[in-house]
Amino acid sequence: MELLNQVTQFVISGLATGSIYALIGLSFAIIFNSTGIINFAQGEFVMLGGVLTIFSLNVLHLPLIAAILAAVAVTTVIGIVFERLAIRPLKNATPLMLIIITIGASILIRGLVMLLWGKDTQALPAFSGTDPISVAGATLLPQHLWIFGVTVLVIIGCRLFFNHTISGKAMRACSFNRRAANLVGISVGRMVLFSFVISAAVGALAGVIIAPLTMTAYDVGVMLGLKGFCAAIMGGMGSGLGTVLGGLILGTLESLGAGLISSGYKDAIAFFILLLILFIRPQGLFKKGETERV
Amino acid sequence: MKKLVSTAFASFALFCLSTAALAAPPIKIGALFAVTGPASFLGEPERNTAQMVVDEINKAGGVKGRKLELITYDTGGDATKAVQLANKLVKNDQVVAIIGPSTTGDSMAIIPIVEKAQVPLISCAAGSKITEPVKKWVFKTAQNDGLAVAKIYEQLKKEKKTKIAILTVSDGFGASGREQLKAQAAHYGIQILSDDTYGPKDTDMTAQLAKIRGSQAQALICWGTNPGPAVIARNAKQLGLSIPVYMSHGVSSKKFIELAGDAAEGIKLPSGKVLVADLLPKNDKQRASLLAFIKDYQNHFRAEGDHFGGHAWDAVMLLKGAIEKGGDTSAGIRNALENTRNFAGIGGIFSYSAKDHAGLTKDAFTLVEVRKKDWVLVK
Repeated sequence: MELLNQVTQFVISGLATGSIYALIGLSFAIIFNSTGIINFAQGEFVMLGGVLTIFSLNVLHLPLIAAILAAVAVTTVIGIVFERLAIRPLKNATPLMLIIITIGASILIRGLVMLLWGKDTQALPAFSGTDPISVAGATLLPQHLWIFGVTVLVIIGCRLFFNHTISGKAMRACSFNRRAANLVGISVGRMVLFSFVISAAVGALAGVIIAPLTMTAYDVGVMLGLKGFCAAIMGGMGSGLGTVLGGLILGTLESLGAGLISSGYKDAIAFFILLLILFIRPQGLFKKGETERV
Repeated sequence: MKKLVSTAFASFALFCLSTAALAAPPIKIGALFAVTGPASFLGEPERNTAQMVVDEINKAGGVKGRKLELITYDTGGDATKAVQLANKLVKNDQVVAIIGPSTTGDSMAIIPIVEKAQVPLISCAAGSKITEPVKKWVFKTAQNDGLAVAKIYEQLKKEKKTKIAILTVSDGFGASGREQLKAQAAHYGIQILSDDTYGPKDTDMTAQLAKIRGSQAQALICWGTNPGPAVIARNAKQLGLSIPVYMSHGVSSKKFIELAGDAAEGIKLPSGKVLVADLLPKNDKQRASLLAFIKDYQNHFRAEGDHFGGHAWDAVMLLKGAIEKGGDTSAGIRNALENTRNFAGIGGIFSYSAKDHAGLTKDAFTLVEVRKKDWVLVK
């Protein structure tokens, strides 16, 4: 019975952490799908979301809602500036070059935040208290419910956007074939910018809702970014359910591994899974292999 | 007559100039701190404090009329860089003594250099390996981890708790704490039922804590530096963990209470006395040094002076004392350091000897508890 209780707790904790990974994974996939680049500055958007909310809350004394909106808005603007200054000017760059640029940008953003706000870890107050909620012998916090809720909303939002709006369909067209999309009159450049806007906003939102739980500092983006990347790879870089499942599986395995095997191997488990998938199913867990259409 | 006056005046002017030129050159002291990088929470207050103390000594006329010159380099917490910079201090800058580095890794890396160059080193890192076995030229000011462990175990023994769980961070600080916790357990009749670790960047420790909740442990000892322990405190509250939680001296700053919030209530930890200086009895020998340091730090940096800065304060003041007694040569300073007794600093009361270059006892720590978002002394 005690073991069962423990396993329930591991699974619930894992799902909670997993939905954070899923949310970050989604924002990776959005940019990848319209540009073919993996934006390694994605973790920095997550960090900016948290750090900027705390700044607006503590220094500018905005109410929580306004602070969150301000943080998401500012991060989105940073996403736009980043795309305009670093991605767009390089018209014919290979994806590899662009990926390296995103790594450079992530180091720059991290450094600037460190200089502006220091190296201390900061905590955001929980949105609705810290009294634990008991579920089937396991406990979770109200903040976890916020994370679950926001993740579900973002997934639904993405689905509606990509399948039922002209802009969303145009973005998907770009990911299938840029040249063809250009030929039918889609402005590829604008779609790329759009993808940065959405992905920066989703990343920042993820950063905001997890800040009360995990706390935030200038360097939290690195590990969260990598875990989110893992989730996206598991889902085959799709912007749908695959990535979300990837994140949830990753979180649960980590938590079960830490609880049942050894806590020392927690990160090793995540990266072992990443390597395994890249070797065996590079197209992702839930995708069929792509066939080249001639 | 006129000529005589002018000659006299000229020679007087010359005399003035020559004394200015002959004024003793400053005594060069090297300092290595991890001001940037993962250990910057140690290096930054240490650098600030060292510079502050040296400036104050100089303002008050220096040591025996000679100014001190502090040459500081940033190791970034990187042992390779620490080695290069230590060589630079010894060979290019020709310093008479070195204070720092901030981390045990950096300190261990530069020990061969100072031993070979015969320059005294006063390390500000905590690892007991630094001065055990005793190295001729190496001293340290930070309290050994083992002393903090002893302080916790003593309290557990008093409360008749014999079965514990430990949760340590998987970096140098946690590894050293874990080693000491395991080594000293038998001596206090304590049994470690569960031995878990977590990563320095982990954001959820409920898995480890759920496992500990399921064990028979009567207390949890957690060894780490912020933010991990704050996450653990919050997770423990979330899980309704009912056993008492002990933390290490690695989180003995207000920052921990701020991060952990309500979850910090009732947590006990060993801490340097700087945290509770105002609560100490009037006859405490360290009280004067502590209050002076805190006030100074507050004036200069508008921040709470912590025990990390205190390590640098102790290092500079010990060095000042040694130069006063032993002169400005490396050998003289080393011998005077080794003969320093009952120096009441920030970290504790230092008494170095030929057999002990760490100089402190477990009284350097005091056990504190978090109550109503502040520290109280555990009686």
